[in-house]
Amino acid sequence: MNRDPFALRSFRVLTGIALIVWLVLPLIPLAIWSFAKGWRFPSLLPQEWTLQAWHYALSSTSGVLHSLLLTFWIALCATLLSILIGVPAGRALGLYRFRGKGLIELLIIAPIIVPGIAVALGIHGVFIALGLTNTVSGVILVHLIPTLPYMTLVMAGIFANFDPAFEQQARSLGASPIKVFWHITLPAILPGLIIGGLFAFLVSWSQYLLTLLIGGGRVVTLPLLLFNFASSGRNDITGAISMIYVLPGVIILLITAKHLSGRNVAVRGLGHP
Amino acid sequence: MTHVSIKNLSKIYAGSARPSLDSVSLEIESGKITVLLGPSGCGKTTLMKLIAGLLNPSAGDVAFDGRSIMRDKPEHRNVVMVFQNNLLFPFMSVNDNVAFGLKMRKVPKIEIVARVAGMLELVQLPNLGHRNPADLSGGQQQRVALARALIVRPKVLLLDEPLSNLDAHLRLDMRDLIRDLQKKLGITTIFVTHDQEEAVVLADRMALIIDGKLRQFDRPDMFFNCPVDRTVAEFFGGQNFVQGKVVGTVFTSPFGQLTLSTGMVQGHCTMTIRPEAIRIGAGAANTLTAEVTDRIYLGTQTRLKFSVGSIVLESLQSPVSVQGIVKGQRIQINLPPQSLWFLP
Repeated sequence: MNRDPFALRSFRVLTGIALIVWLVLPLIPLAIWSFAKGWRFPSLLPQEWTLQAWHYALSSTSGVLHSLLLTFWIALCATLLSILIGVPAGRALGLYRFRGKGLIELLIIAPIIVPGIAVALGIHGVFIALGLTNTVSGVILVHLIPTLPYMTLVMAGIFANFDPAFEQQARSLGASPIKVFWHITLPAILPGLIIGGLFAFLVSWSQYLLTLLIGGGRVVTLPLLLFNFASSGRNDITGAISMIYVLPGVIILLITAKHLSGRNVAVRGLGHP
Repeated sequence: MTHVSIKNLSKIYAGSARPSLDSVSLEIESGKITVLLGPSGCGKTTLMKLIAGLLNPSAGDVAFDGRSIMRDKPEHRNVVMVFQNNLLFPFMSVNDNVAFGLKMRKVPKIEIVARVAGMLELVQLPNLGHRNPADLSGGQQQRVALARALIVRPKVLLLDEPLSNLDAHLRLDMRDLIRDLQKKLGITTIFVTHDQEEAVVLADRMALIIDGKLRQFDRPDMFFNCPVDRTVAEFFGGQNFVQGKVVGTVFTSPFGQLTLSTGMVQGHCTMTIRPEAIRIGAGAANTLTAEVTDRIYLGTQTRLKFSVGSIVLESLQSPVSVQGIVKGQRIQINLPPQSLWFLP
């Protein structure tokens, strides 16, 4: 590895630029479309500008706001459930050795490896029997398939660097198990919890296939609505909805960038000596 | 001031055939330092965790002042354990670390502030309260850990090798600090170590544990002068073991007859004498002629090896007293009767 500081710095700047170009460039035409009134081939920019698409997207008739809230609600519930299951599961995988651990790890990663459509078709049958199809609860549950592995794996990594002796120390100082979790464990795992939670939220936020299959077209989240407009050729409205749709992603990217780049002080501090 | 009775305490970890702690019974005196001494992995830390409630025993009982605490949760036992690697909570300041136990006991804030300041003064770390634990030196961190434990005025203080991660000179300072604080506060203290010197200096009473079994529980000097068996004697540096037979106050052995001070045992047994108890020159009794087979300079002491007939004896002498003695020389040594000890 080249340790020349100048080379290292230029490498960082270049990757930074590449990342921004890669992330931002595809969004520029969409952003322009959302303000365009007709934009035909040879011209570099639209002939006329208008707020019509935005007006429509934000009006109650388009259903965008309703979808936005629904998508948010589903992603929030899927995230909270992922945390509820993923934190204890991650703790078990990160801290303890037990028989069959490898198999359980494989099962947890499996939803990421196995094609979603194959899993979803099987689950569809089960959900019909349970009456969960075409319901918001069904969609939330099925979103756990892709969100849970991320949450669990992030937490397993965090707990692998966590020394449970801190919890014993706190107990011997007079803290009940609940207080130990609140005062000792939670602060130590919080950075991982935030990152895992944000990942889970984004994964749920961007689900299309699972929502379509289990929601049966009744649960219209933002990606479904977006696809409707995109396939009907309304580039201006598609552009406007896309802008709304990418917003949480951008916000989350900004939040995580700080944590991901940085020092995870709490967890490193709790590491084994 | 709490008297701790440990009765037949055993711990067998799941999946392990051999018990980590094998039916250990100890009466730990109130307000004193009891040192648990033993090699690594002998079950000392297990015993500590059983007292603290961080592990459940396989069998046996622990009682404080006659009342069994086995059903009490760790947070209600008022037993604080200080671990080897201080375990200061990294996301809290020194003040918050020390205050933790009081906060858990819902002590009023004003009182906490005053007590934390007082405690930091006691461990000689005033004015460091607002620092982050990571910014302190190893010795300072261990003193904060001690302050955090002492501030709750525990019934029993458990110290698990608190000095082993410190540099040699810091270790001595810290050892003296622990002894002074313990005497000042009078907290029943159990101190775990594998370091013999540390144990002897700190202990009011000492328990030697080897392979999960209690071998001897006594005053520190008794381990040197009156070990219960050969393993204990060897653990404390005993090297001279001679088989023989006692009749009355006479020990008959391969190198002749030795006189005992009192007839404590009779019949076949093993005689032992501390290397430092062997004297050069003729004495009132038990004078032997020995050949010097080796001489090793150790700095503050010189180790001399003698052969008396077929028996090899090792002795430690002050370098001044053995000036002029060379390898191969035949000299007179004597084994003072009061220094002889007999093992079954």
